[in-house]
Amino acid sequence: MTDIQTFRNETRAWLDANCPVSMRTPMAEEDRPWGGRNFKPADPNAKVWMDRMAAKGWTVPTWPKEYGGAGLAPEEAKVLQQEMDRINARIPLVSFGIWMFGPVLMEFGNEEQKRKLLPEIARGEIRWCQGYSEPGAGSDLAGLQTRCEDKGDHYLINGQKVWTSYADHADWIFCLVRTDTSKKQGGISFVVFDMKTPGVEARPIKLISGSSPFCETFFTDVKIPKNQLIGQVNAGWEIAKRLLQYERKNISAGGFGGGTEVQDFARRYIGLKDGILADADFRTRLAIHKMEAHAFELTVKRSSEEARSGKDVGATTSIVKYAVAKMNQERRELGIEAMGMGGVGWDGPGFEEDALGETRQWLRAKGNSIEGGTSEINLNVLSKRVLNLPE
Amino acid sequence: MAVLTEEQTMLRDAARSWSQESSPVTVFRKLRDDKVPGGFKRETWKEMADMGWAGIVIPEAYGGVGMGYQTLGLVLEETGRTLTASALVSTALCAATALVLGGTEQQKQTWLTKIASGDAIGTLAIDESHHHEPLHVKTEAKRAGDSFKLSGNKRFVLDGGLADFFVVSAKTGNGISLFLVPANATGVSKQSLSMADSRGMADVSFDNVTLTTADVIGQLDQGLKVLEPTLDRARAGLAAEMLGSAVQAFETTLEYLKVRTQFGKLIGTFQALQHRAGKMFVDLELGRSCVEAALKAIDENAADAPVLVSLAKARMSDTFHLVTNEMVQMHGGIGMTDVHDAGLYIKRARVTEATFGSAGYHRDRYARAMGF
Repeated sequence: MTDIQTFRNETRAWLDANCPVSMRTPMAEEDRPWGGRNFKPADPNAKVWMDRMAAKGWTVPTWPKEYGGAGLAPEEAKVLQQEMDRINARIPLVSFGIWMFGPVLMEFGNEEQKRKLLPEIARGEIRWCQGYSEPGAGSDLAGLQTRCEDKGDHYLINGQKVWTSYADHADWIFCLVRTDTSKKQGGISFVVFDMKTPGVEARPIKLISGSSPFCETFFTDVKIPKNQLIGQVNAGWEIAKRLLQYERKNISAGGFGGGTEVQDFARRYIGLKDGILADADFRTRLAIHKMEAHAFELTVKRSSEEARSGKDVGATTSIVKYAVAKMNQERRELGIEAMGMGGVGWDGPGFEEDALGETRQWLRAKGNSIEGGTSEINLNVLSKRVLNLPE
Repeated sequence: MAVLTEEQTMLRDAARSWSQESSPVTVFRKLRDDKVPGGFKRETWKEMADMGWAGIVIPEAYGGVGMGYQTLGLVLEETGRTLTASALVSTALCAATALVLGGTEQQKQTWLTKIASGDAIGTLAIDESHHHEPLHVKTEAKRAGDSFKLSGNKRFVLDGGLADFFVVSAKTGNGISLFLVPANATGVSKQSLSMADSRGMADVSFDNVTLTTADVIGQLDQGLKVLEPTLDRARAGLAAEMLGSAVQAFETTLEYLKVRTQFGKLIGTFQALQHRAGKMFVDLELGRSCVEAALKAIDENAADAPVLVSLAKARMSDTFHLVTNEMVQMHGGIGMTDVHDAGLYIKRARVTEATFGSAGYHRDRYARAMGF
C-alpha cells in the first residue's frame, strides 16, 4: 500500500470515529465556526469538533507542526479534504487568522511572534479582525491616518478604522498604522493588539441588508507593547499588500454565495411555456448570465491547471475578483427579479424562506465590488500591471 | 492558454510564424483589393496543406495527420489573428469532419485524401435562409429506385464558389439526409456573393441533380446524426478563429493606446479607456476558456460538448463584436478609414457572428439544455 493510501485509510478511520454526527450536516451561515474567546456555538458539538481537529493540526493542515498545523503535503491535505467531503464533515474552523493573517505572519513575523500567535489561530482560541480601511482611506488605502507614536517602551495609537469585519466579536486586530507622516506608503507599519486593550471601541454598522457584519473601530490612546510590531517600522505596506492578495484570493474562492438557483426561482415564479421560461426577455438575460458564470468557472479551472503546469497565471487571477463581483451581483439581481414582489419582501409571513434570504443576499452582494478593493481599483491594477497601459 | 503537448506546441508555433511572415493582414488586404475570385488563392491553400493543416482531423489512413480539434483550433487561432483567407474552415474543419464522421469508405478514399493533400475544396451547403436554421430544410431528394433527384437552394455556402464538392442536407422520405454532391454534377449552379468581409461565399442551387445511395453520408433519413456533431465541430473551430482575430484586434488597439497622444498625454493614461480595455481583456480570457473547453470536450466525446460549443460560439460572437467596435472607437478617425485594419476586423467579426448560429441562437440552445 502506498503512503498516501495508508494516510487515506487512517484519516477515514479517524474522521469516522471523531466527527460528531451533527457536524456531518449542511451548515447555515450563522453556524460558521469562527472560534475565539467568545465561541459559544448553538450546537456544542461544534466546539468538540473544532478542538479535536485542532489537536490533530487539521484546522490548518498544511501549516508546520510547530505553528499548530499538521505539516501535511498538498496531496495529503487534498486527501483530508476529500475524506471530510465524503462524510459531509463541516469545516471545523473559519477565520481571518487562517485565511489572511496567518500566511502573512509566517512570512514577515519573527519566531517569537509566530510561535505565540499562529498556534492560537490554529486552535481557534483567538479570533482576528482586520484594521485596514479608514473613513478617509478606502480605495486609497495608503492614505490612512491612524497614528502610531513611539513612546520609548511602548507604542501609542490614536485614530479610527472602518469596515472592520466582526470587530465586535474579535479578540485581536491586525492593523495598519502611520508611523511616519512625511511618506505615504513608506510611513505605514503593521501592528497587532488585543481588542480588550483600554481605548479600543468597536461599534457595529447596520447595512442596507439589515445585518451588521462590519464595525467602526475607534482607538483612543491605545498603548501596545513594542514587540507587537510585525516586520520593521515603516515597512508595513509590503505586508499590507501581501495580505490583500490573500484577502482577494479568499473573496474570489468564496465565489457564488449559494442558495436557490435563479432558474429554480424563475420556474416557480414565472413558469414555463412550451418547455421554456414564459418571460422571453428575462430568459435571455438569465442565459447571458449563466453563460458568463460558466465561462468564469472554466477560467478558474484553466488557471489552476496552468498554474499546476508551472505557467505564470498572474494575468488570469487578476481578473477573478472583478469577475466574481460582477457575476454575483448580476445573479442576485436576476434572483429577486425572477420573483417579482416575492423577491422584495423583507420579513415575516407572506414570503418564502429562500425568497427572503435572496432579498438580503441581493443587498449583501452590493459589497462584492467594494470590499477588498473596488472593481474600479481592480480594473486599474489590471490595465496597468497586466496590459501595461501607461500611468 | 491550455497546457499543450509537444506536438501541438510545434504545430502552433509553425502556424504562428507562417501566419505572421507569409500571411500578414497585408496579404488579405491585397486579395481583397485584387478581387481574387473565391477570396483566396488555391496555391496558398496547397501550401497550407503541405504543412499538414488541411488534414489535421483526417486519419492517417486517408492522408491526414490524425490529430484533433484542439490542434486544429490552435492553427485557426493563429490564422485568425492575421485574417488569413483559406479553406481551413470550409474544408479542413467542416467538410472533412462530415466525411470523417459519416462518410462511406469510398467517399473517404476519394475525398478525404484530396482534402488532406490540398487538392479538393469541400463545404457544407446547409442553410436556406438568412439565419442559421439547420433543421429547417426545404431542399428535397426524391427517391426513384436506387437513385435520388436533388432539388433546392442553399444559401451563404462558405467557399461555395471554389468548392469541388458539397455536403448537402435534404429532406428524404422519413427525415433529413446528407448527400455528397460534386460541384461539377449536372444541375448544380453557383452564384457568388460579395460579402462585407471579402471572403468567398456563394448561393448554390441544385436542380434535379441525380444522386445514388452511394452519395449518402451517414444513414439515409438519419443525416442529423452526422450533421449535428459536424456543426458543433464547425462552431467550435470557428470560435477558435474568432478568438485569434479578436485577440489581435484587441492587441492592435492596446498598442495604439500606448502611442497616440492627445492633450499632451498618451490616451492610454485615461481611466475611461483603461477600464474598457480591462473589461475586454476579461471577456477575451473568458472566451479563451470556453473555446478550449469546447474543443477539448469534442476531442473527448464528452456528453456536454454541445453545451460548451454553444457557450463558446455565443461568447466569442459577443466578444469579437465588442472588441471590434472598441477597435474602431478607440482609434478615432483613423479607425474609420479603409487604410486601417480596424475595418477588416469589424467586417470579419459580423460575418463570423452570423455564421453557424448567432449569439442569440446559441443562447437559446444553451438555455434549453439547462432546462429553461
